[in-house]
Amino acid sequence: MQPNTKSVAQHHDVHQSEHHELSFWRKYVFSTDHKIIGIQYGITALMFLLLGFMFMMIMRWQLAYPGAAFPMYFFIAPIALMGVVVLFITGIKPSVNTVAGLSLVAMAALIWYLGSSDENFPDGIMLPEFYNQMGAMHGTIMVFLGVVPLAVGAFGNYVMPLQIGAPDMAFPKLNMMSYWVYFMGGVTMLISFFVPGGAANSGWTSYPPLSNIATTGQTIWLLGMVFLISSSLLGSVNFIVTIVQLRAKGLSFMRLPFFVWAQFVTSFLLLLAFPPLEAAGVLQLMDRLAGTSFFMPSGLVVSGQILPNTGGGTPLLWQHLFWFLAHPEVYVLILPAMGIISEIIANNTRKPLWGYKSLVYAAIFLGFMSFIVWAHHMFMTGMGSTISAFFQTTTMIISIPSVIILSALIISLWGGSIRFNTPMLFALAFLPMFGIGGLTGLPLGLSSSDIHLHDTYYVIGHFHYVVAPGTIFALFAGIYFWFPKATGRKMNETLGKIHFWGSFVCMNFIFFPMLIQGLAGVSRRLYDGGEQYAHAQSVLYLNEVMSVAAWVMALFQIFFIVNFFRSIKKGEKVSDNAWEATTLDWSATTSPPLAHGNFDTVPEVHRGPYEYSVPGQKNDFTPQHQKA
Amino acid sequence: MSSHSPEEIKKHVKIYITVFAALMVLTFVTVAVSYLHLSIFYTVLVALVIATVKGSLVASYFMHLISEKKMIYWALLLTVVFFIFLMFVPILTSSDPIIYRN
Amino acid sequence: MEIPYTIETREDTGVNNAKLGIWLFLASEVMLFGALFTTYILLRIGSADDWSQLNDILNVPLATLNTVVLISSSVTMVMSWASLMMKDFKKYKLYMGLTILCSFGFLIIKYFEYSAKFEHHLYPSTNTFLAIYFTMTALHGLHVIGGIIVNTYFWGPGSKMWNTQPERFTNRIEIAGLYWHFVDLVWIFLFPVLYLL
Repeated sequence: MQPNTKSVAQHHDVHQSEHHELSFWRKYVFSTDHKIIGIQYGITALMFLLLGFMFMMIMRWQLAYPGAAFPMYFFIAPIALMGVVVLFITGIKPSVNTVAGLSLVAMAALIWYLGSSDENFPDGIMLPEFYNQMGAMHGTIMVFLGVVPLAVGAFGNYVMPLQIGAPDMAFPKLNMMSYWVYFMGGVTMLISFFVPGGAANSGWTSYPPLSNIATTGQTIWLLGMVFLISSSLLGSVNFIVTIVQLRAKGLSFMRLPFFVWAQFVTSFLLLLAFPPLEAAGVLQLMDRLAGTSFFMPSGLVVSGQILPNTGGGTPLLWQHLFWFLAHPEVYVLILPAMGIISEIIANNTRKPLWGYKSLVYAAIFLGFMSFIVWAHHMFMTGMGSTISAFFQTTTMIISIPSVIILSALIISLWGGSIRFNTPMLFALAFLPMFGIGGLTGLPLGLSSSDIHLHDTYYVIGHFHYVVAPGTIFALFAGIYFWFPKATGRKMNETLGKIHFWGSFVCMNFIFFPMLIQGLAGVSRRLYDGGEQYAHAQSVLYLNEVMSVAAWVMALFQIFFIVNFFRSIKKGEKVSDNAWEATTLDWSATTSPPLAHGNFDTVPEVHRGPYEYSVPGQKNDFTPQHQKA
Repeated sequence: MSSHSPEEIKKHVKIYITVFAALMVLTFVTVAVSYLHLSIFYTVLVALVIATVKGSLVASYFMHLISEKKMIYWALLLTVVFFIFLMFVPILTSSDPIIYRN
Repeated sequence: MEIPYTIETREDTGVNNAKLGIWLFLASEVMLFGALFTTYILLRIGSADDWSQLNDILNVPLATLNTVVLISSSVTMVMSWASLMMKDFKKYKLYMGLTILCSFGFLIIKYFEYSAKFEHHLYPSTNTFLAIYFTMTALHGLHVIGGIIVNTYFWGPGSKMWNTQPERFTNRIEIAGLYWHFVDLVWIFLFPVLYLL
């Protein structure tokens, strides 16, 4: 559907200022265009997601078959093969595929390097020290280099300005800097594998005293975090100013697509919650490099020797500063996902979302509450019952807005004309999966039941349900959904459906057993999966089940990778509004959107974001910028 | 950008000089008070009160916060709430431990 | 391609982009230094030592001078913006130059403070009070250096914009001023907490 063509002064402005042709490097590499930056974030984040996934699969070998020789080439070969396929699937000319293909090959090379090292795999058998590196880096990479850059950096950057009718972000140069600082953070994290002692190995939570005395990799982890946090800070300022200041005429706050509200609240979380972790990182760097004792208590004994530092510090300080960020961080992981799902559900039910106002107020309330629940991660640290009760209460309260949002999305399905395309399948699966994830959180939020479940596999099962078949499914949904906007082509439906069903089944076989193992008391971060514990024996068999499910899920991702990179050039061509959607990103832009300025004619908004099946209208969707 | 006339700016300049003088006086007051060796409670209270007054002067007049827009106030209010939480809750968690540590 | 509201204010929000942006950034900085103040409180409460004795080794007169210097630089900063508002570029250069000089003065005094400590073998690793003292003042010092770089740019090569886009340039100085005042604000709290309590 073509946008209305009115002759507007802005049309001239668009062409007057930018008449010079940019060089290849300024156009595609050091670009200030939010769409290019969004794609850069997207590809980089997808690569990191795959790398984090690889690390997990390596860990799962050890968990399924403790002490068995690691079959390195079975892990490397598929990735290297994928790299070659992606490189050549649409010809040899330099493109996104070139970058992605080379990254895949580099990933295989990294794993080959790590797997061949006698320091990690003497006689091919994984050492606990290496297992711990995999554990810490899996978490770090997935959270900070994968999910958030994809959910916020990629989707937020690409879609949000289009949805609000803006020509770009408020600070395009700052946007470019955000990406490259993120990239440097990623490189720093990867470099940590090549120093003596390998990468960080004290968990993604890096608790002292262990992390204080850990190998060099931890210092590099801290430097990497400084980069990533700085990138995030610059990005969040940009997002908030853009949403507040650059909305098109007529686009009031309560007419914003819920996706934009989700990004707005998320940006506030990133802005205000990250700095304490930056401070903590600086403090730990001081501890490791300058001999201070911010986190080291007096008289600490390691391997029979008293440590020589001054003492007077407390590991609890790190925990407070870390979780002050890390709790809002999990809402950073889920809010953009809820935003994506909302757009897809409204579009594929052909009716407005139920309870738009509830969604908005719930999201705002959720964001606010997320700052005052953090010590539910610290119930076992000896806090008194009063303060524990406080955090338990706020944690129970915070489940309310989550339930409101989930309920609104489920009720939105009622009476809809549901189109079961691939994005919608992922969106529908998100609902019960996030439901399981949320419900399993309740016993953790209650301090008494948390006594039994803290630091067990139950916790891992809980948060993975929310992030993996939760957020990551939403991100897949978003990729299938917005792919036509970015490329003018659709991804293949058959491959998409295979990808969906395979992933959906496998996800549950990976994470449900974790809940069972956790209830049996199996601790997390055990190098041998609980083999040495009597209480774990009855549930040990599940380790192999989960590992096989993980490897099978990897195979199903091949369908996605091939589909994605092939469809960029060879996918079915579609119109500008491929899904017949109402929001400005679809109804007022071309596919792909204009190189700069985004809009042929700057839209003016006259109605809400989800006017589907409005009685009396010609079509079953009425674009936001349509007047009558 | 707000369009102030030169006369308005001159008025502002008078305010800046006044605030500067106040800040100087308060600086010397806060140092002088520290030599009085009050109890720890009053030392902290007086020092923080004076610092807050000084900070408010800088924020209100040098940073023009006193005539700023609602949008800015909301963002800052949110920040202050979380700041207070971050400042005081960790102490509360250690003030009433399950295991009494001497 | 023009980004709207770079210079002019948007009607319903009443601000331009940079003004909102810098305040948001400052909000995050409040949380950053706030975390360090939290650290100070937690460590002091749990400490076996009496910190009001430990900070006797700090040089209060020198730090008081530094406080005067930094507050002065704040005044000269706001005066440099006011000069631009009164279309007086020469005065702007004078006041901005004074601001930068005062900032260097602050750093030089800081250098004397630190080297005196190191000469007496007082390092961050000596005790936890000194650890937080050095960390907080050093982080503040890094922010001072950042401000010097920005202000020097606006005093020097960046000031050319006055000839082509005076309103936009004045805006930039206002934004730089907000950052600089914040640096001053942090010191206003750091000084009594570290030196006097």
